[in-house]
Amino acid sequence: MTAVSDPSSIADLAAEATDTRVNLDFESEGMTLNMGPQHPATHGTLRIVAKLDGEQVISAEPICGYMHRGYEKLVEVRTYPQINALINRIDWLGSFANEVPFILAAEKLMGVEAPPRAQWIRTILFEMSRIANISLFLGDFGLQLGGMTAGFYAFRDREHVLNMIEAATGGRFHPNFDRIGGLKDDLPKGWIADSHVAMDKLLAFCDEMEDLLVGNEIFQTRTRGIGVIPAEIALSYGLSGANLRASGVDWDLRRDGCPPGLVYDQADWKVWTHPDGDCFARTWVRLQETREAAKIVKQLLDTIPAGPVMAKVPRIIKVPEGEAYVATENPLGEMGYYVVSKGDLVPFRVKIRSASFNNISIVPWVARGAYVPDLISILGSLYFILGDIDR
Amino acid sequence: MTAILASFDPPYWLSTVIKVLVVGAVVPTTALILGVVFLFKIMSWMQSRLGPQEAGPRGLLQLLADGVKFIQKEDIAPNGADLWVFKAAPLVVLSSTLLLYVALPASAHLVVENLDVGVFYVLAISSLSVIGVLMAGWASANKYSLMGALRAAGQLIAYELPMVLAVMGVVIQAGTLSLNGIVFAQNDGAVFGWTGIGNPYILTQFIGFFIFIAAVQAELTQPPFDMPVAESEIVSGYQVEYTGFRFLIFFLAEFATAFVFAGIAAVMFLGGWAVPWLSANSDWYYVLGPAVLFAKVMLVSFIIFWVRFTYPRLREDQLQSFAWKFLIPLALVNIVVTAVLKVVF
Repeated sequence: MTAVSDPSSIADLAAEATDTRVNLDFESEGMTLNMGPQHPATHGTLRIVAKLDGEQVISAEPICGYMHRGYEKLVEVRTYPQINALINRIDWLGSFANEVPFILAAEKLMGVEAPPRAQWIRTILFEMSRIANISLFLGDFGLQLGGMTAGFYAFRDREHVLNMIEAATGGRFHPNFDRIGGLKDDLPKGWIADSHVAMDKLLAFCDEMEDLLVGNEIFQTRTRGIGVIPAEIALSYGLSGANLRASGVDWDLRRDGCPPGLVYDQADWKVWTHPDGDCFARTWVRLQETREAAKIVKQLLDTIPAGPVMAKVPRIIKVPEGEAYVATENPLGEMGYYVVSKGDLVPFRVKIRSASFNNISIVPWVARGAYVPDLISILGSLYFILGDIDR
Repeated sequence: MTAILASFDPPYWLSTVIKVLVVGAVVPTTALILGVVFLFKIMSWMQSRLGPQEAGPRGLLQLLADGVKFIQKEDIAPNGADLWVFKAAPLVVLSSTLLLYVALPASAHLVVENLDVGVFYVLAISSLSVIGVLMAGWASANKYSLMGALRAAGQLIAYELPMVLAVMGVVIQAGTLSLNGIVFAQNDGAVFGWTGIGNPYILTQFIGFFIFIAAVQAELTQPPFDMPVAESEIVSGYQVEYTGFRFLIFFLAEFATAFVFAGIAAVMFLGGWAVPWLSANSDWYYVLGPAVLFAKVMLVSFIIFWVRFTYPRLREDQLQSFAWKFLIPLALVNIVVTAVLKVVF
């Protein structure tokens, strides 16, 4: 026997031990616990059918589809500008980030490129929606682990970034601001200075969260070593975003494969990874990402070029025949649109690759052998948005 | 006024009626006060939000409005429920709370029953509520309820022992099990010969106070030990099937118990109803005692609720290891040290 120190092998062994005990040692009748569709820890209408032995989870199966709205079908009968308003509702916490990959795919097919100022503002708003999304995660994860106050602090400080998004786009949650070939409008007066202030407040919020929640001993007891996902398992389940980086895989679409139209190469920033792969690592990586996003925004705000925000595009948009897939690093992970056009007013087929759907596919693997409270930690730290799972 | 109160000696039947009325009035009032002050006002202040504003001046009557709402609601029992047990469970929990108030002294004579073994009685009665919780969880015919009730039962073993051991230090130092006796001992005491503030036992028994507050937190099922009612895991546990006034009774019992435990902590560690510069035998305590005790209770409650609003929740097995590997050894060491020092000095 050799000592096991690698957390991933420990997780494997624990899961194997559960299997052995359940199958051989004694026949316990067990209990099937149906968590959801209405359950406070499932952010909406995800259903988890968990087989329990006492408080230990023997198997957990996520069942999705309770909020399926059929977006992939709906977009086939809508013109490209109309689709833009619809796909805002996929990941409803970071709405602007949903528009960008679709618009970029359409731009790729049409062969137009947004002017530099539009690209800058796009990237800034993209990062702002990342902050709006992940800052809520930090509070909500605290809420799920029983720390009520963190949730309210997150709602309070998320307001700063939502105010800036609203000031620029007119919409707090669903901006519908991105256009093929640029943006709907230029920035309002004084927006850049206000955004600097808002980003400073967000950075202070991150420090506060680190003090209040992530640094808390009880929080660490509840998350460290829980729900360990090794790198190879994470890759084989198609995880992306912070969930993948928390397993030690240094992969970020903003840096490795940023599509033209976003200007991440113009800012100095860092991709954070964590070697542990547990619930704590996922939270920590997201906390760092929020900080990085605020830094990116601050840098880009200083370097916005002058010029128009809209390229010359025809009044009635017809996308030429062809296929394009564009994916970006959204708050929840890789989000991509595969657009097939037959040269019509409407796309022939759109396949939406949303991050959460793949991210929760690992739940059966990672929940094996965990306890019921750990299941909440795991679900919370994997961080999914129901709209992003069911589309 | 105080002289009249001191010479007031009613017949047995009258004193019994008065005692029943007082406990019946005090229990909901204290629950309301703690609910409004801490659950609504202090909590929203800590979480940087406004809290209730509409009902009454500054929203102070919100809990009363909520209570009326609960009473109006339909009384629902699940189909598979064991009806008698289901309906009796909240009353068992509440009766445990009512019995706790019996021993809490608000001055030397303002106490329902001045028991010689008050500490022993309080600790024994407080664990009764778990029977009600188990009844509720079992009779609800709900898996979440059952898990919550079993967690509560498991938790009882983990926190009851540290709680008993924590107050042993106080009992050794005071040399009595009577709650009033402990107050007198603190009032008469001295810190290294200086009698300026008496000897509130928090000065010598601060470890006991810490363990007692931690155990109270578990007894009240508040974070970080709120596993039996964890909303985000088992959706309020054993309370999940209760609606209307049955839920109200659970709520009432929870907050009234918080008050009485804060009161017991105040009596045992902070000098109870007495103030140091006035002898505990003074007649003034007929009116002053309840006010002093109330102020100290609010102080202890603030600590209890401050922790509640700040910390995340532990896991059930983590509570067990926290209790058995940390709290109990610490309490035992505390007892040994107290006993040795008691003999030496």
